[in-house]
Amino acid sequence: MRIALFATCLADTLFPEAAKATVLLLERLGHEVVFPAEQTCCGQMHVNTGYQAAALPLVKRYASVFDPYDVIVAPSGSCVGSIRHQHSMVAAAYGDAGLAARAADVGSRTYELSELLVDVLGVEDVGAYFPHRVTYHPTCHSLRMTRVGDKPLRLLRQVRGLDLVELPAAEQCCGFGGTFAIKNAETSTAMLADKMTNIVSTGADVCTAGDASCLMHIGGGLSRLRTGVRTVHLAEILASTEFTS
Amino acid sequence: MSTFLGMPATAPRGVGHLRGDQTFPRAAHDALGNSQLRRNLRHATTTIRGKSGKVIAELPDWQELRDAGSAIKADVMARLPELLEELEARVTEAGGVVHWAADANEANEIVTRLVRETGSSRVIKVKSMATQEIGLNEALEEAGITPVETDLAELIVQLGDDKPSHILVPAIHRNRSEIREIFLRAMPGVDPALTDDPPVLAAAARRYLRETFLSTEVAVSGANFAIAATGTLGVVESEGNGRMCLTLPDTLITVMGIEKVLPTWRDLEVFLQLLPRASTGERMNPYTTMWTGVTPGDGPQNFHLVLLDNGRSAVLADTAGRQALHCIRCSACLNVCPVYERTGGHSYGSVYPGPIGAVLSPQLTGVADNASLPYASSLCGACFDACPVKIDIPSLLVHLRNQVPHPPAERAAMAAAAYTMARPRLYANAQRAAKLARIAGRRGRGLPPPFSGWTAGRDLPEFPSQTFRDWWAER
Amino acid sequence: MSSRDLILGRVRAALRDAPVVAEVPREYRQGGRAVDVEVLVDRLVDYKAEVHRVSSAEVVGAVAAIVGGEAAVLVPPGLPESWRPAGAFVDDDLAPDRIAAADAVLTAAAVAVAETGTIVLDASPDQGRRIITLLPDVHICVLRTDQVVAAVPDAVARLDPRRPLTWISGPSATSDIELNRVEGVHGPRHLHVLLVAD
Repeated sequence: MRIALFATCLADTLFPEAAKATVLLLERLGHEVVFPAEQTCCGQMHVNTGYQAAALPLVKRYASVFDPYDVIVAPSGSCVGSIRHQHSMVAAAYGDAGLAARAADVGSRTYELSELLVDVLGVEDVGAYFPHRVTYHPTCHSLRMTRVGDKPLRLLRQVRGLDLVELPAAEQCCGFGGTFAIKNAETSTAMLADKMTNIVSTGADVCTAGDASCLMHIGGGLSRLRTGVRTVHLAEILASTEFTS
Repeated sequence: MSTFLGMPATAPRGVGHLRGDQTFPRAAHDALGNSQLRRNLRHATTTIRGKSGKVIAELPDWQELRDAGSAIKADVMARLPELLEELEARVTEAGGVVHWAADANEANEIVTRLVRETGSSRVIKVKSMATQEIGLNEALEEAGITPVETDLAELIVQLGDDKPSHILVPAIHRNRSEIREIFLRAMPGVDPALTDDPPVLAAAARRYLRETFLSTEVAVSGANFAIAATGTLGVVESEGNGRMCLTLPDTLITVMGIEKVLPTWRDLEVFLQLLPRASTGERMNPYTTMWTGVTPGDGPQNFHLVLLDNGRSAVLADTAGRQALHCIRCSACLNVCPVYERTGGHSYGSVYPGPIGAVLSPQLTGVADNASLPYASSLCGACFDACPVKIDIPSLLVHLRNQVPHPPAERAAMAAAAYTMARPRLYANAQRAAKLARIAGRRGRGLPPPFSGWTAGRDLPEFPSQTFRDWWAER
Repeated sequence: MSSRDLILGRVRAALRDAPVVAEVPREYRQGGRAVDVEVLVDRLVDYKAEVHRVSSAEVVGAVAAIVGGEAAVLVPPGLPESWRPAGAFVDDDLAPDRIAAADAVLTAAAVAVAETGTIVLDASPDQGRRIITLLPDVHICVLRTDQVVAAVPDAVARLDPRRPLTWISGPSATSDIELNRVEGVHGPRHLHVLLVAD
């Protein structure tokens, strides 16, 4: 299958390993990955901070850059949620009905990585090997906006060598929330503290998730506290093999 | 500036409790530093989440009930004028008197006048969000009338000279030993040997209020619903203080937001299943009282219904925002909110705290008066899933953020980011420039405001040696 | 302009977009399901009501067993004679302090909801004025099994909204202290249900 990658601005800039892993994983599974170079950002930060008009060019860009592709994947439940649920709204409010329809259509062809693997490609065992004790944080937007359900866990359970441990209060927010972490930094930090306590209590050496943003937040806290727990994007675990690990 | 009188209007300033005197982050700062408060909140919200989840799981048709509840409320909003007129006609036919209050000031004036006309200088009150919203107690006190809160939690708040911090359990921020201290300090005639055992505390409230219930001639209540087709009102409660207020006095004055009307009697079959399970986590609350006008020989013989706008018409005028009026005040969204759990209700500065308060308060006052509240959420979405009438609170928050007057520096930064993101080559150059800037600086510490809050508790990631797009280009 | 006209004018102005609303989906479970009295008993007991299964001839004896033969039992004027304890006094528009002085009140019921453990009083002559089931500390309620319905929709369909209604689910309780349920605040602290099958 020919799959267009939306790398997301965050992974592109700060966490390229997540986007690279997505490419290498899909290619290993026999698919062709293309990266339309005109892509930038989905505009979620603008929409969620209250700048919908400013997000319009980004919504337009996403729709036009990815319209030619039947299947689009992004290694982020949050960005996919924004594309599916916010793009047509912004387009309808600040653009026109034609753009809104196109945004909704392109959005319906955009999948989060675990959705693409399980629902579209019909695979749960991706042949990965990752010999670590891992706990999974279901990020809020993966869980409640994109609604990926237990697909990431089904994929992780098939990874050889991986010891999956349940995260207490897993469905509680880590406190990132985009600009929330800046505008309400203290509340965000209090939420993060509880998330880290729960992560450390599992004894895992790796915390994984489907969103680089939440992992940046959690990882930043775990690093500051020198807990020794690493954050690794789900795509990187799924892309790992005995040769890379 | 002149405004056409019939245009929707927000709640007036200077009256009631919809506006805090500091921003959410500032108020939250104090709450976050109070470890006792955080323990109390964590214990209470964890308890109620467990109870509620259990009784909701007993119903195989919970989602269908939510769908029906949501649709009934949407229908109510679409037909509000005719439903209010119908309600007025039915209540009047049944012997009640209907009053219309455009805002908090008018509602307070009406209630004060009605109480004065009875000659009574004291009223007993059933817990009511509407009367807290308008600051009725303060207005009554100013007029020389003593309002006595009879709900246990409201009593704790009133005796403690405190403010409510939760829609359902206004004293949720207090634990049993704090409640004992408040009773010992402020409850006249309390047994000095009072313990902090909850049944003992409840019994103290029973003894304290008994005589007041039996000797007060006027009660003030809110309403959980009003049936337009029959003129029936209902109050859902637990302790029996509601029954006391709604049964014993000669005069009952009920203050109700105009959005609380329901079309038909049958609609109750939906809300009486949704509300208790979402709210107190019970299959049914201990007591629900329903009355239609006046029943000769049974209950109050004078009934007044005050229909309150106070900003609701302004909420209704916002087509995207009007679903906030579907709220049935169950407080399920508070109990699942990770922000509420850590900051408590006082941080929101309004009688409506938590996720629904973060949307409803700015909607009722106009967003400029509560500009920090739409940001008091990480948009995690737990509130949407918990809402028994499916109010999409995260989308409403995003909608309101789009109306907030933004700080100029933030506006400029957002515009610059959008400009860059809309131009791929500029964007790629900016990625490289950012990396160089970071390499020049120290890793992850001491960023300037507004980012200093981030680096106070977290490290920033190392900049990678290569962006993804550079890696791709080199393949 | 009256406030009535002002508010209705504002609300009409707010609805200028003329929202079109689809029909309410009522896919939830409707009334008419089979009644399981055991569910009612389970739910009543769960919320700290005491349930006694008796025949109608045993009501008087059961009341005596609960409150003692000498107790002052208040009854509404329309309570069936066969259920009345010998010394019962009738609510003949009694003053509140007389009602509050009763050791217990004995009433019939209008309907009960199995799924929620709820008894509804509708102020019929065998249930009386609302005040009589409010002030005494013990409420004994005689419930015929044919008055039990499966779920809330059945009860709503059976009730007349023009009557004053009191829905009772267990004794008075509060969750206001640390969100734990505690029985017994202002209403009757003891609820006994005499479940009569004949």
